[in-house]
Amino acid sequence: MNLGYLLDSVEGAGSLQALIPWIVFIPIIGMLLNIILGKRLNERAIALIAILASTGAFAIAVSQWFALQADHHAVVVHFADWIHIGNLNIPWNFRVDTLSVTIMLVVSGIGTLIHIYAAGYMHYDVRYKGDPASYQRFFIYLNLFIAAMMILVTGDSYLMLFVGWEGVGLCSFLLIGFWFNKNPDGTTGTENSSAAKKAFIANRVGDFGFLIAMFLTFWAVGSLSFDDVFAGAAQIEPGILLAITLFMLLGVAGKSAQLPLYVWLPDAMAGPTPVSALIHAATMVTAGVYLVARSAPLFSASPEAQGVVALVGGLTAFFAATIAVGQHDIKKVLAYSTISQLGFMVAAVGMGAYVAGMFHLVTHAFFKALLFLGSGSIILALERAHHPLDDHAHAGEDHAPADHSFDPQDMRVMGGLRKSIPQTYRVYLIGAIALAGIPPLAGFFSKDEILTDALHANMPVYILLSLAAILTAFYMGRQILLVFFGEARSHAAEKAIESPRTMLWPLNILAALSVLGGFLNFPTTHQFTNWLEHTLGHDFAHATEFNIQVALSSTLFALAAIYIAWRIYGRQPLKEGQADPLEIRMGALFNALNNKWWVDEIYAFLILRPYQRLAIFLADVVDWRFWHDWVHDSVLANGFKGLARFLADPVDLGVIDGIANGLANGTNGLATTFSRFQTGFVRNYALVFFFGVVAMLGYLIFLT
Amino acid sequence: MVPVNYYFALSAILFIIGATGVLIRRNAIVIFMSIELMLNAANLLFVAFARTFNHLDGQIFVFFVIAVAAAEVAVGLALIVAIFRSRQTIDIDDLSSMKG
Repeated sequence: MNLGYLLDSVEGAGSLQALIPWIVFIPIIGMLLNIILGKRLNERAIALIAILASTGAFAIAVSQWFALQADHHAVVVHFADWIHIGNLNIPWNFRVDTLSVTIMLVVSGIGTLIHIYAAGYMHYDVRYKGDPASYQRFFIYLNLFIAAMMILVTGDSYLMLFVGWEGVGLCSFLLIGFWFNKNPDGTTGTENSSAAKKAFIANRVGDFGFLIAMFLTFWAVGSLSFDDVFAGAAQIEPGILLAITLFMLLGVAGKSAQLPLYVWLPDAMAGPTPVSALIHAATMVTAGVYLVARSAPLFSASPEAQGVVALVGGLTAFFAATIAVGQHDIKKVLAYSTISQLGFMVAAVGMGAYVAGMFHLVTHAFFKALLFLGSGSIILALERAHHPLDDHAHAGEDHAPADHSFDPQDMRVMGGLRKSIPQTYRVYLIGAIALAGIPPLAGFFSKDEILTDALHANMPVYILLSLAAILTAFYMGRQILLVFFGEARSHAAEKAIESPRTMLWPLNILAALSVLGGFLNFPTTHQFTNWLEHTLGHDFAHATEFNIQVALSSTLFALAAIYIAWRIYGRQPLKEGQADPLEIRMGALFNALNNKWWVDEIYAFLILRPYQRLAIFLADVVDWRFWHDWVHDSVLANGFKGLARFLADPVDLGVIDGIANGLANGTNGLATTFSRFQTGFVRNYALVFFFGVVAMLGYLIFLT
Repeated sequence: MVPVNYYFALSAILFIIGATGVLIRRNAIVIFMSIELMLNAANLLFVAFARTFNHLDGQIFVFFVIAVAAAEVAVGLALIVAIFRSRQTIDIDDLSSMKG
């Protein structure tokens, strides 16, 4: 790689901003090192390379932050020419402004912490799955993800953003299907790869929308770079603008798991837990929120689209929160919680509260990464207690086959874990309180800001989000009480083993961030608002007045929900083998929640099965019977056979051979005939000679 | 002076005898002699006309013919001797290996 080129090609930027391409290339270099050398390195070295690559990206992000502290203006760094066809001119430019640097810091910072955590977590995971060689593969994917996410965030045009958008989609696919030959319960099967495909296909539907939005944008504005599009936003016809923003919303719904495309995210929990934390909670799924915030001038110019976006976000927030209440799988609760919180963010950016949405994006990244990593720590603690792994075993050695009837992710087999894994308990509790929105933790401030904005902007969405917030507090209370309190409901839960330090200290850092994150945009100082104002402009980034009524009511509601959770789960802790008390009280409703409102089944009935039938029809009737059997076998094959036979029999044998044989036979016959004259008797010749002479003389004498 | 018609007749008789000999005899030597007879019938006519028209060309032709006939006889007899040596016969009907 020509490293000098990276620096020389940068124009119009300060020396710090000249470093920006490295934010993509450092993770790429880390990935290449691990691809090339990984087979020969031990786990420690592989993890170290990946962690250093991610740390390098974080260092670049920090340097950009410093550069922006000195000069708040957005800088576009030209890196390379990419597409140049006619009017379409799309270079690979890096855009450094306060919005992109915010996400860069979140992605690389949390990414680095998760790399460190994964170094410990995957050590066990690869052994439980019986494939230690996958350790290398995991970190290659993880670095690729950081690079792709950075391309997405730093892109200066919709197309460049789309490159990263697809790149993270690919990484998501690869990492959901990381154990592609297994089922989530560890048995051999294809459920994990089906989950990966589901995510990929659901995202494809969204990407279709995003592509259409891009085509329309180019058609209407003639450019895809952010500056040109936003400058031309006012000239776009309202109808076209509405179409652009709504198609973009479809892309957002795919990537950020909103109604109706959210169904892939719960299944994405098939990936290793650090992946769930990094990609499917903290960073990739927030790309849709980033897209809307980035496209603020487009969305703000189309109030109808804003209304739709806010409503989609609000509905998703409420809908997913209801499902989270009825889940038994610890990661599924968090997955639906993530969808719900993404709904908060989308609703916020839909209402024009871009700062609140981005603020929630950041704080949510802190505490949801914390919760997922914490759940990974819990799962691992149970797994290690359930079938101890010989830590000194050599890589590749077979272990006793796992007992698949035990599900270490089922909250019903947990309980009482606060005694056996106190460190995980502490940080998990912090994450849960932050998510539930109890002051003064991070979640309270960001959620409160969204609710306040919703109160002013959109009442129905405010109600939906408030209900979702209450449910959030309830299901997190339920989860904490089920997992950590009461008595151990299985042998493994009793003997749970605390995770190693490499996993715990990223958790502690995230816990600290979850506590302090809210002060990023404290209601009196508004640093984060001022920070984003440099990019979004004052119209789209104005400080929200702190509304004491909203803050008080949402806190009280959250506390009340936690109290209800305690009434149900805390007062009389669940015993081993006992049914969920909520199941007993709510009956059929709980069944509906537990089955996720049968959305997957409805989709299967409405879309998948007709599609399968169409596919079978196309395959069996159109392709096989019509095309293969009839067109190919009957028409083409028989026609060709007939033609070939015609050419072979009458034409070749009859005409061609006839000519050749006729010539031969004719020559032969003539020769036979003439050879009769060759009698061998000299006197015959002489006689003929004689008559010939007589005839010639006769002719000469009498006829001339 | 004998009229020229007599020479015609004699020459014709000699020629017919020679031609008949060539066609009906099987002995190569006899056929040879018959060919000589035909040649000499022609010679006779040449000479007769040369005398009649006082023109020497005919006589000169005759000398050529006699010279060529002598060469022919030499080659022909040599062939016949060679054939006789290899096949112990000079019957030309036996010499039919060229039959097609």
